Amino acid sequence: MLPEIALSILDIAQNSVRADASLIEITVKINTAADLLSVVINDDGCGMDEQQVKNVVDPFFTTRKTRKIGLGVPFFKMSAESTGGSFEISSEKGVGTRVRADYVLSSIDRMPLGDMTFTVHSLITLNTDIDFLYNYSVDGNGYTLDTRQFRQILGGVPLNTPDVSDYIKEYLDENTAEINQGRAF
Amino acid sequence: MKSLEELAAIRNKMQNQVNLRSEDSSCTRIVVGMATCGIAAGARPVLKAFSDGIQEKGIKDVMVTQTGCVGLCQYEPIVEVMAPGKEKVTYIKMTAEKAAEVIEHHIIGGEVLTKYTINSAIQ
Repeated sequence: MLPEIALSILDIAQNSVRADASLIEITVKINTAADLLSVVINDDGCGMDEQQVKNVVDPFFTTRKTRKIGLGVPFFKMSAESTGGSFEISSEKGVGTRVRADYVLSSIDRMPLGDMTFTVHSLITLNTDIDFLYNYSVDGNGYTLDTRQFRQILGGVPLNTPDVSDYIKEYLDENTAEINQGRAF
Repeated sequence: MKSLEELAAIRNKMQNQVNLRSEDSSCTRIVVGMATCGIAAGARPVLKAFSDGIQEKGIKDVMVTQTGCVGLCQYEPIVEVMAPGKEKVTYIKMTAEKAAEVIEHHIIGGEVLTKYTINSAIQ
């Protein structure tokens, strides 16, 4: 398994990138009262049929033909389930795919959330033809980064321009710090 | 909360500059493998070292990008350097330190670091 939830999210979101998504939504929602850390990755990519969905959660099914899926989904599923949480993947051909992983927040087996700034920042700046909607919240307080809104403000200035890239990094770091208020997840 | 006005200020500054980065064929591409195998082997600090290094040194006409699994998982983290008109160079088992060397010697100096390439491993 990957040592941070953020690395799994980066990995799973690559599937959305390769599925030719035009919008990828990533939601990280922490609820301390319910002892839950929930991750949802939702895309409007090419989607999968029922059989393919069954296959992606099976690490041993991976053949050269389906190598684009590989161990990413099984790792993600296992990391959530090993905390006593749950995992769900649903997909529709031509519509998109939704992956949800719920982690029990206090479980000793839960990986740290890790460097979400890097995950979101690199997805945005390295895939400038795709829009990203990132939601992060802790106990109902949260923020959103919507590249569609950023693009509107930026006019034609690309998201991977150094100044914009730095801004995105700071936006993620500062807003996350404000929401976390010194707590680490 | 970080204000979106700062973003508008960046736009106003940038729009006065004519040379926005263009991703055309004259661009050298540095491609980092970021599939499960790459990530598990430590591709993140490598990608970070390349993007930060290129940006810090203000190198133009170089684009850092990512790709999926290229089928050589045992050699991950893998980085491919594709310069226009030149043969593709595949670096294997990369680290952030090696990335800094590649920027210095290969990207800036134009000299391939053969000790880190895939050819050095299969010979």
